[in-house]
Amino acid sequence: MAGQAPPDAGPPRPAPDRDPGLQPERTRLAWRRTTLSATAVAVLAARQLLRSAAPGPVEVALTVLTGLLWIAFVALAHRRMQAMATGRPPGLSPRAALLLVGCTLALALCGAVILVRPGH
Amino acid sequence: MILTEGLRSAGAAVRLWFSPARVRAEGTTPDYRFSLANERTFLAWLRTGLALIGGGFAVDQFLPRLHQGLRVTCTVVLLVGGALCALRAVNHWVRCERAMRRGEDLPVTRFPTALALGVGVLAVAVVVLVLLGRTT
Repeated sequence: MAGQAPPDAGPPRPAPDRDPGLQPERTRLAWRRTTLSATAVAVLAARQLLRSAAPGPVEVALTVLTGLLWIAFVALAHRRMQAMATGRPPGLSPRAALLLVGCTLALALCGAVILVRPGH
Repeated sequence: MILTEGLRSAGAAVRLWFSPARVRAEGTTPDYRFSLANERTFLAWLRTGLALIGGGFAVDQFLPRLHQGLRVTCTVVLLVGGALCALRAVNHWVRCERAMRRGEDLPVTRFPTALALGVGVLAVAVVVLVLLGRTT
């Protein structure tokens, strides 16, 4: 077709305020999936407690701790997801990565303590 | 000899987790897209760990007729596996970030193979236990 411009002759591209490959968006969705996984684990950990006939103070304390760990996890993820709003987000801070892993380990530990408590 | 070497490299890796400034001081900042891809890989490993931990809770809560000792063993194995995956997530992330900054090849590990084999063996074991009806 005669009147059509060649594909690479468009106007000069402006400085991107978003990534053309949608990398931040994909990363944000990965964070979202991760918080969903953490939520499922926290719910299962809480259910572990509710199954014991008469929850004692240790069980209640562990459940509260599980809830706090979940809140910390989601809050960290939320902060990172907000950073994904820009076209070129800064890198993940190692401290945040360590905190997230720490929350995960503590969730597992809470579940293990509830599991092996005598009388469970 | 191999053991002490392994322990030393593990110690160096753990020190690296806690000294992010040292990682940032090395090499040049990679393309942000590569860092984001590394971050997504980290998250995928973290989800793998979370899935194993959730699987551990599920074994304990949804197989009530399994013999208690077997059930607790399966659960603890899954919880420990999940914890290892989470630790591996941060370790691999730091090592990849450092390799990208230095312009080196990305680190290769046997961990995914070991994890796949472990999960496969455990799944077969649980299926056999459930089919045999190892009740209390």
